[in-house]
Amino acid sequence: MTTDVLIRVEGLVKHFGGGIHALNGVDTEIHRGEVVVVIGPSGSGKSTFLRCLNLLEMPSAGRITFEGVDITDPRVNINLHRQKMGMVFQHFNLFPNMTVLKNMTIAPVTLRKKSKPAAEIMAKQLLERVGLSDRADAYPNQLSGGQKQRIAIVRALCMEPDVMLFDEPTSALDPEMVGEVLDVMKQLAREGMTMVVVTHEMGFAREVGDRVMFMDGGKIIEEGTPEKIFEHPENARLKEFLGKIL
Amino acid sequence: MQAWIDNFKSEFDTNFIQENRWQDLLKGLGNTLTITFFALLIGIVIGVIIAMVRSTYDKTQSNARPSLRRKLFGVANGLCKVYLTVLRGTPVVVQLLIFFFVIMASSRNGVLVASIAFGLNSGAYVAEIIRGGIMSIDNGQFEAGRSLGFNYLQTMQHIIIPQTVKNVLPSLMNEFIALLKETSVAGYVAVTDLTKAGNIIRGRTFSPFMPLIAVALVYLAMVMFFSWLEGILERRLRNSDH
Repeated sequence: MTTDVLIRVEGLVKHFGGGIHALNGVDTEIHRGEVVVVIGPSGSGKSTFLRCLNLLEMPSAGRITFEGVDITDPRVNINLHRQKMGMVFQHFNLFPNMTVLKNMTIAPVTLRKKSKPAAEIMAKQLLERVGLSDRADAYPNQLSGGQKQRIAIVRALCMEPDVMLFDEPTSALDPEMVGEVLDVMKQLAREGMTMVVVTHEMGFAREVGDRVMFMDGGKIIEEGTPEKIFEHPENARLKEFLGKIL
Repeated sequence: MQAWIDNFKSEFDTNFIQENRWQDLLKGLGNTLTITFFALLIGIVIGVIIAMVRSTYDKTQSNARPSLRRKLFGVANGLCKVYLTVLRGTPVVVQLLIFFFVIMASSRNGVLVASIAFGLNSGAYVAEIIRGGIMSIDNGQFEAGRSLGFNYLQTMQHIIIPQTVKNVLPSLMNEFIALLKETSVAGYVAVTDLTKAGNIIRGRTFSPFMPLIAVALVYLAMVMFFSWLEGILERRLRNSDH
């Protein structure tokens, strides 16, 4: 792990209408090659935090610097930077009217001006890596949940992102399909991909995470190595949280 | 029985054959179809524009930075709302009369005026159909597009609109059929459409039954034809529903 900072978050605040404060001042750095796992009770702001990183949620205050550029600056073209930030959603969000291959190639072909054959070759290689080569011409509704999520991951990878954001990628899956998705994510982590993962999979956090971040009440309450967080938690709320779920 | 048949024959002859009256009906039908066709085009163009403005405003409401552009969008959205309220809140006959005698009073081309009036009216309904279609697409589709780096318009063009078209085609066909029947009031502004032609024949021959029933049958045949087309279309869309 290098110390090269990929994303710097400073004083991040997000409130929604109705006086709901989802984030109350978050400061952190995400380094190149690092796997950061964000845990916390529901409503703690962890998904909002993740969605602020690529401005799917517009921060109310604070600054996010990605690869040295302040992307919260209104003059910055966020679309260009989002191409470098892959995102995987809880509900997959595959495009139902397109085949798997088209799902994967539409962004590189349209946005990167990649030729269609080149994009398809790359997509097929990625499909092979996640064991879904035979589903290239299938439509999303012909796939199982686990297959959909693996496709969603490789769809994001087709843009060759520098960081992958995972928003509870296994929460909508049947239990027997969680493993196949986590395996893909583990493989990705081993290959050195920078990852920010919001999840309830503590086993994944422990095994793959370089750093675990515990959020509650819109703030980072405690963070550290998986060992420190899971074996030697200090904060009372973290202890309570771990007591409930482990 | 023989008397009835003879009577029918002479009625038919009076109403359709003499003085080539069937040609009046045919011309009327031509005008009806012309008005419907151009009104449909105008309606779709206006409907798409309004739907884009309205849904863009709604979709970006929670997440936009305050800016001049945002304010202008708010104004455009407000104007669209006024348009929808007025056009859907007043009878189409009244709108037609206003267009013919007030707004476009200098034009004596009734077909043109009727096309524009019905087009503007239809646009209001088409706008709400399309907006409904756009808003019915799961927001996750939109977020997936944006997260890949598509800008707003690209996301609309490549991801949202293709899914919307499928959802709204049946409703648009319905609107089209309604529009076709609605144009029967074009006679109010001196346009000889199908209805008016039938009515003129009735006035000349003093025999109301045949011309009016004939007009009704022509409308019915057209509506049944287009409903049949819509059915085929819907089935094809459902079959390709992935």
